[in-house]
Amino acid sequence: MSESGQDNSSQNKSDQNRQLLFLLPLLLFVAMAVLLATGLGKDPTELDSQLIGKSIPGFQKTLLFSPNKTISEKELQGPALINVFASWCPACYTEHPYLMQLAQSKAVKIYGLNYKDKRDKGQKFVNDLGNPYDLILFDDNGRLGIDMGVYGAPETFVINSDNQIVYRHVGIVNLDVWQNILRPRMFANQEGSASKSTGQAAK
Amino acid sequence: MIPEIGNLALAFGLALALIQFVVPLVGIATHRWRLAIIAKPAAIGQFFFVCLAFVCLAYSFYANDFSVAYVASNSNRSLPVAYRIGATWGGHEGSLLLWVFMLSSWTLAVALLSKSLPALTRTRVLSVLGFVSVGFLIFILFTSNPFDRLLPVFPVDGSDLNPLLQDPGMVFHPPLLYMGYVGFSVAFAFALAALLEGRIDTLWARWVRPWTQAAWMFMTLGIAAGSWWAYYELGWGGWWFWDPVENASFMPWLLGTALLHSLAATEKRGVFKAWTTLLAIAAFSFCLLGTFLVRSGVLTSVHAFANDPVRGTYILVFLGVTVGASLILFAVRGSKVSVTSWYNLLSRELLFLINNLILAVVTIMILLGTLQPIIADFFNLGKVSVGPPYFNTVFNILMAPLIFLVGLGPIVNWRKYEYSELVKRTRLSLLASIVVGLLVAVLADDKIFTDRLQLFVGAFLIVWVLVLNIVDWWKKAAKKNRNPLLGLFSISPSFLGMYFAHIGLAIVVFGVVFSSHLSIEKNLRLGIGQTQEVAGYEFYFEKISDVVGPNYDAIRGHFIVKQDGENVAILHPEKRQYRVSGQWMTEAGIDANLARDLYVAMGEKIPESNDWAVRIYVKPFVSCLWLGSILMGIGGLLAMTDKRYRAKVKQKLGISDDAVVSGAA
Repeated sequence: MSESGQDNSSQNKSDQNRQLLFLLPLLLFVAMAVLLATGLGKDPTELDSQLIGKSIPGFQKTLLFSPNKTISEKELQGPALINVFASWCPACYTEHPYLMQLAQSKAVKIYGLNYKDKRDKGQKFVNDLGNPYDLILFDDNGRLGIDMGVYGAPETFVINSDNQIVYRHVGIVNLDVWQNILRPRMFANQEGSASKSTGQAAK
Repeated sequence: MIPEIGNLALAFGLALALIQFVVPLVGIATHRWRLAIIAKPAAIGQFFFVCLAFVCLAYSFYANDFSVAYVASNSNRSLPVAYRIGATWGGHEGSLLLWVFMLSSWTLAVALLSKSLPALTRTRVLSVLGFVSVGFLIFILFTSNPFDRLLPVFPVDGSDLNPLLQDPGMVFHPPLLYMGYVGFSVAFAFALAALLEGRIDTLWARWVRPWTQAAWMFMTLGIAAGSWWAYYELGWGGWWFWDPVENASFMPWLLGTALLHSLAATEKRGVFKAWTTLLAIAAFSFCLLGTFLVRSGVLTSVHAFANDPVRGTYILVFLGVTVGASLILFAVRGSKVSVTSWYNLLSRELLFLINNLILAVVTIMILLGTLQPIIADFFNLGKVSVGPPYFNTVFNILMAPLIFLVGLGPIVNWRKYEYSELVKRTRLSLLASIVVGLLVAVLADDKIFTDRLQLFVGAFLIVWVLVLNIVDWWKKAAKKNRNPLLGLFSISPSFLGMYFAHIGLAIVVFGVVFSSHLSIEKNLRLGIGQTQEVAGYEFYFEKISDVVGPNYDAIRGHFIVKQDGENVAILHPEKRQYRVSGQWMTEAGIDANLARDLYVAMGEKIPESNDWAVRIYVKPFVSCLWLGSILMGIGGLLAMTDKRYRAKVKQKLGISDDAVVSGAA
C-alpha cells in the first residue's frame, strides 16, 4: 500500500501518469468554471422563451386522488392557473392559504401539479391544508414539470383562454402577485374585451 | 463624514493588502529579506483599516444615516438597536465587508500567533492571505461599496431590514458562519506556501491543524445556528431544505471534515501529503464558490442577494484566478511530493482514506445536485431541479458507511491492526447495536418497511458509534488515572476533542433519525376555545390578542398545552405584519426540551368564522440536533488547545529539521 513507486524500470511511465493525475483537479475546475460562466447573466426564474405562447405540452398523467384515472392536456381549459406544489416545499405551505382564498372567491380556476412528491404525502398536504384546485395532476417523476420548464416549487403558470402558457411565476402567489402580475397577463390577449373579463374576474 | 472615513479606510486597507501580497514575494524572489518581513506590519495595518471601515458602517446604522444608500435600504428608524447593528451584514455590501473583516482578523491572528513558524513559511502564508484580501477589497470598492451616498436628496427614513432577518439568529448566525468560511483561507494559504516551498511534512501538518480545527468549529456552529433559525423562523418545522445556499455552506464543511482527518494522517504518519494540500485548496475553493452562487444570481434561493451580472462576473474571474492558479501550482509541485511511509490494509490510514473518499464523493454529489439547473440548461434540457428527494437518497446511502467507520476509527491503530483483535473489540458492540436496531425497528408503530429499515440502520449506527467511542475513551482514561471517571478529562485534548466530536455526531444522527420518523404534524382548522389532541398532548386555543411591537403589529395566539390534565407549556405563536414593508411573518411558538419540541404556528384566519388554520407539531428529539452540533463544536475547540501545537520548535528561515520529521510518529 505504499504510495511511492519502488520499481525503477517503470518509473518514467508512472511519473507521467502521476502528473496527469495531478492535473485532473485543474481540468475539472476549468470545466465547472465554463459551466458557471454560461449560467451568468441568465435569470434563473425566467421562463424558457420557447414555451411562451405555446400550448400546454402534451401529457398523460394520473390524478393525485385517483391513481386509476389518467387525463391529458385536452382536459384542461384556460383561462386558469397551474400551480406547482409539493409537500417537501416550505414556501408551498405559506402560499396555500392564499390559494384557498383565491379559489373561494371564484376569481379563477386553479389546476394543481403535485411535483416530484410521494402520493400519500401530496394527498396529506391537500387534506391538511384544503383543496383549492379544480383537479390535481400527480407528476411523481417530474416529467411534465421538465416539459413545462419547472425549476422548483412553488411555481405558477398562467394559461390564457386559448390554452397557451403566457407567463411563469416563480415563488409564492399572494394578493399582490395575483392582482398585479398574474391577472393582467391572463387576459392580455383579449385587449378588446379586457374590461369585460377583468370585470368578471372581480366578481 | 463618518462614511467618508470608512471609504478611505477601505482604500488604505486595499493598499496595505496589496503590499502584504506583493512585496514579500518580491523580497523572497530577490533574497532581500528586509522586503519580506514587511508582511507582518502590513497585515496588522490592514486589519486596523478594515476594522475601522466596519466600525464606520456599523456606526452609520446606529446613527440612522440614511444618506448612505446601503443603510437606507436595510434599516429604519423604528428598528431596535440590536437589529440595526445586525443589519450591518444584512445585505450584499455589508456582508461582504463582514467577510473581509473576518479575513483580516484571521490574518492578524496568523501574523501574531505564528512565531514558532519558519519566517519563510509565515511570510508566504501572509502573502497568500494578502492576495485573497486584495480580491475582496477590490470587489467591495468597485462593485459593492457600502458607503455610497444618496446625495443630495436622501430619504427621511429607511426601507427597513428584511423582516426574515429581524431575529436574534441574524446577530450571530452570519458572523459564526463567515468565521468558518473565511477560516479555511488559512489552511488554503498554508497549503499554497507548502507547495511553493515544495515541503510538506509532519511539522507543516501540525501548524495547519489548529487553524483548520478553529475554522471547522466556527463552521459547525454557524451551520447549526442557521438550521435552528430556519426551524423556528420559517414557521414550518423543517430544519434543512437542501437550498443552494445551505449546500454552499455544507460542502466546505464536508471537505473541512475530510481535511481534519487527512491532516491527522499527515501529521502522525506522513501519508496523504499531496491529497491533504488538495483538500485544503478545495475546501477554500468551495467557500469561494458558495460566495459566487449566493451573489451572482445563477441559482434561485431564499438566501440569494440582489442579482447583478457584473458582480457575478467579477467573483467568477476572481474564483478562476485564485483556484486556477492554486491547482496549477498543485499540478506542478504536488506530483513531486514523495511519500515514504507505508501502511497495512487494515489500519487507521485506510479508514481515513475511505473517510476522505466518501466525504469527497458526497461533496461532489451535492455539488452536482446544486448546479443541476445550470447543467441541465447548458445541455438544453430545460430548467429543472432535483429537489430534496435526490439529496436525501444520495446523502443517506453514502453517509451510513461513513458513520459506521466513526465507530472503528478510534480503535484501529496507525500502520496496522489485527483482524482478530478488531473482532474481539467490536463483537459485543456489534451485538448490542443489532439488538437495539431491531428493537427500534420492530417496536415502531405502523411504519412501512423502508421506514423500519431506516430506523434500524439509524439506531444501529448511533449505538455503534456511541458504545465504541465511549468504551475507547474509558480505556484511555483508565490508563491515566486509577479511577477512570477522574481520568476522562485528563487525557490529551486532541483525543478528548475527537470523542466529543464523534459523540456529538451520533447525537445529531439520533436527532435526525428520530425527529424525522416520529414527528407528528397536524395542519388543521381550530377555533378559539377549542382543544385539539396531538400525540397525547392537548392543545387548548385560549384566545388571541393584539400586540404592538417596535416596528410591527402582531396577532398573538395563546395556546395552553396539557398532558394528563397538567399544564406543560404555554405557547405564543404570532403573525406579525411589519409596518414599512407590509410583509407578514410567522413566529412559531415552541416549547423545547431534550425529549420533544411542542411547536405551534398560526396560518391564516378562516374567513367568516372564529377559526384559524393552525399547524401543531410534536417533534421528538429535535433539540438533539443543536446539542450534538454544540458538542461537535466543543470537540473542535478542545482539539485546538492541544499543547503540542504551541510547542516551540527551533527553526530558522524555513530550513527543515529532518530529525523532527522522522521523530514524530
